Amino acid sequence: MNEETKVLESNEAAVLERFHEWVTADEREGYQGLLVSPANLIALMTALRDDLGYDQLTSLTGVDYLEEELMEVVYHLYKSTGGPILEIKTQMPRSNPEVPSLVSTFPGAAFQEREAWDLLGIKFDGHPNLKRILMWEGFAGHPLRKDWQEAYYGDQKKPYDDRWPEGKAKKIEAGMKYHENINYPKDFNPETWIPEPHELLFKGSQHLKVDEGMETEQLVVNLGPQHPSTHGVFRMVAKLEGETVIDLEPVMGYLHRNHEKIGEKNTFSMNMPYTDRLDYFCSMSNNFGYAVTVEKLLGEKYQPPERAEYIRVIMAELTRVLNHFMAIGFFLNDLGAYFTPALYTIKERELILDIFEAVAGSRMMCNYFRFGGVVRDLPEGMEEHIREMVYERLPRQIDELDRYLVKNEIVVGRSKGVGVLTPEQAIGLSAAGPVLRASGVPYDIRRADPYSIYDRFDFDVAVRYHGDVYDRFLIRYDEIRQSIRILQQAIDGIPQGEVLANRPEYRFRMPKGEAYGRVEGPKGELGYYVVSDGTDNPYRYHVRAPSFINLTGLRQMCLGEKVADLVAILGSIDIVLGEVDR
Amino acid sequence: MKGFGIIKGLGVTLKHIYDTYAEDIKAGRKRYYTKEGVRQRMTPDTKGIFTVNYPEERVPTAENFRFVPFLVYDEVDGEKDIRCTACGICSKVCPTQCIWITRAEDPETGKPQKTPAEFYIDTDLCMNCGYCAEYCPFDAIKMDHDYELATYNRKENNVHNIDRLLKPASYYAEIRPLHYAIEQQAKAEEEAKRAARRG
Repeated sequence: MNEETKVLESNEAAVLERFHEWVTADEREGYQGLLVSPANLIALMTALRDDLGYDQLTSLTGVDYLEEELMEVVYHLYKSTGGPILEIKTQMPRSNPEVPSLVSTFPGAAFQEREAWDLLGIKFDGHPNLKRILMWEGFAGHPLRKDWQEAYYGDQKKPYDDRWPEGKAKKIEAGMKYHENINYPKDFNPETWIPEPHELLFKGSQHLKVDEGMETEQLVVNLGPQHPSTHGVFRMVAKLEGETVIDLEPVMGYLHRNHEKIGEKNTFSMNMPYTDRLDYFCSMSNNFGYAVTVEKLLGEKYQPPERAEYIRVIMAELTRVLNHFMAIGFFLNDLGAYFTPALYTIKERELILDIFEAVAGSRMMCNYFRFGGVVRDLPEGMEEHIREMVYERLPRQIDELDRYLVKNEIVVGRSKGVGVLTPEQAIGLSAAGPVLRASGVPYDIRRADPYSIYDRFDFDVAVRYHGDVYDRFLIRYDEIRQSIRILQQAIDGIPQGEVLANRPEYRFRMPKGEAYGRVEGPKGELGYYVVSDGTDNPYRYHVRAPSFINLTGLRQMCLGEKVADLVAILGSIDIVLGEVDR
Repeated sequence: MKGFGIIKGLGVTLKHIYDTYAEDIKAGRKRYYTKEGVRQRMTPDTKGIFTVNYPEERVPTAENFRFVPFLVYDEVDGEKDIRCTACGICSKVCPTQCIWITRAEDPETGKPQKTPAEFYIDTDLCMNCGYCAEYCPFDAIKMDHDYELATYNRKENNVHNIDRLLKPASYYAEIRPLHYAIEQQAKAEEEAKRAARRG
């Protein structure tokens, strides 16, 4: 690795200078960030938050360094006033990975710490409710640990050896009987196992005290997992006092497939189509985030050419438009306006999907981005088509949707003042994207820490100030309008030229190092944390999924609301379970 | 005024209903069950009924559309000349590892030959990413446009063997005329260069 990467970024240098007693620079080849010992972690984080303004803990994950016998927790922080990301790491022995929990400093760490415990087995001291979040109770081990082996498949790394040159097709399930590959934890018998009582779900959380003025009985109600309002398989366990929600616990993981473990078995380029399946509405944005991250590792040579950057921006913004159209439509479904508004918005989405099909070859699973550009140029006539869409159709349709819904008294009545998240809470709970901006925090990565060519476009950061469901509904209109502005500038400014200058070979060795790349996805900050040990396969591949982390704030939004509003509040966050459960 | 917002919204719905009939009257019979009609419904100024009555009507597939790979063969003197050289790049780059290739061997010497003896694609695993077609240096594997693959027996019918996978280059030229033309041109140029070098 060259000398330049060892130069600390200015924000890291400032932190290092100020807290030199606690932190040291990460000296490993290709690594950035600062190291702190677990003992000083809370003091450092509190000081960073209170003195230096790093008030958002955006991503928290762990890495298992098997050879070094180390377990590492990686924190990414940023200032909600803008600027680059700050990476803090703490290391502990692998035999006893214990680190103080940050929940008291950054409440937004709650779910992410549970995830790190679930998948990596890192214990967070002081976490109020440290238990599995994605896996179920009958799962043995921590799957992202490097010594945890998947029972089903032969090889640990792709490509598998038995495919060529003597490949004979076989159905994998034919070779192994169901049941043979299932491990349960010690003392766990699925026949006699009784799911934990609801009371345990609420362990460690403080009830809201309500005075209904009459004698009521506390009642626990399950919403989901099989319920259309939850947009997939997602369960909310609500504790009610009368009709008022006094506590709520989201339960997820029903769609879990361990995207990250699959990603670590894959080679770097194989992961691109898998990212499509995270947030399956917005595959272009997912591609974008992954491409940006891996290009950081690959270095200068693989920076995309000018035309590719424009195409990337156009595709990402079209994705945002279609996602928000869908979010609006399905939010109205949740309010009870059954499918008429949703179908009007699906129509616009369909027209955008036609563009994706013509450009990428698939409507939803686009797999369009490559390291160093995009896979192929726009087909003939596509620029004109997109121009017509962004100048004529989309502005007209968003205005119509505005007339149609925004002043509707039922929508206003159902959503105004419901599910409020204050700016302080939103920042503390690591909310991102529309949820954060609807709470009055004008933070948009496209502006705060520009990637690709977003610094060239003229647009406003959409922001609303009440933090209620109605504002989260309106902010999607604002964002569509801003996206249309970017699209108009991009389609006017798109240059001719190559779209993929240097493409890595079908197998290539990634330089050693780590990278955290983030883009402003339609649902919030979509981050990828990738560690390479210098082979074809990523050593660690982590996705900071915006809808998963936005759910951390769900409990706060729902407290004190009526049970009928839960569905509206969940709809206003706009989650996709493919991304929540990964 | 309370209720005005709802009335305005209902006006939008009413306009959609009106558009449906107005468009039908304006476009007449050619709006439904014709290619022209389906295409009109995909343009940015479409109004009225938007849905397509599959399978009577079909949305035209874009040239880039990709669905399950097939193998291309050229027809040389009535014989099938398989383009695939069994180099194995597609099976190595495949994200789901759904491609199995057995390289042919010379029956006498046992030396590997540049042609596949067996070739399988498990379409249950295939995620239609298109990497195989993209990375193939011989234009031998391409993505198909045929998306109607439903069968009654998944275990028997969904693993495509070489007989099922092979399709003529003329079929490829038909579904992807532009790509085919570009590739043919590149090949012709390559050929000309080689001829010049030899000559």
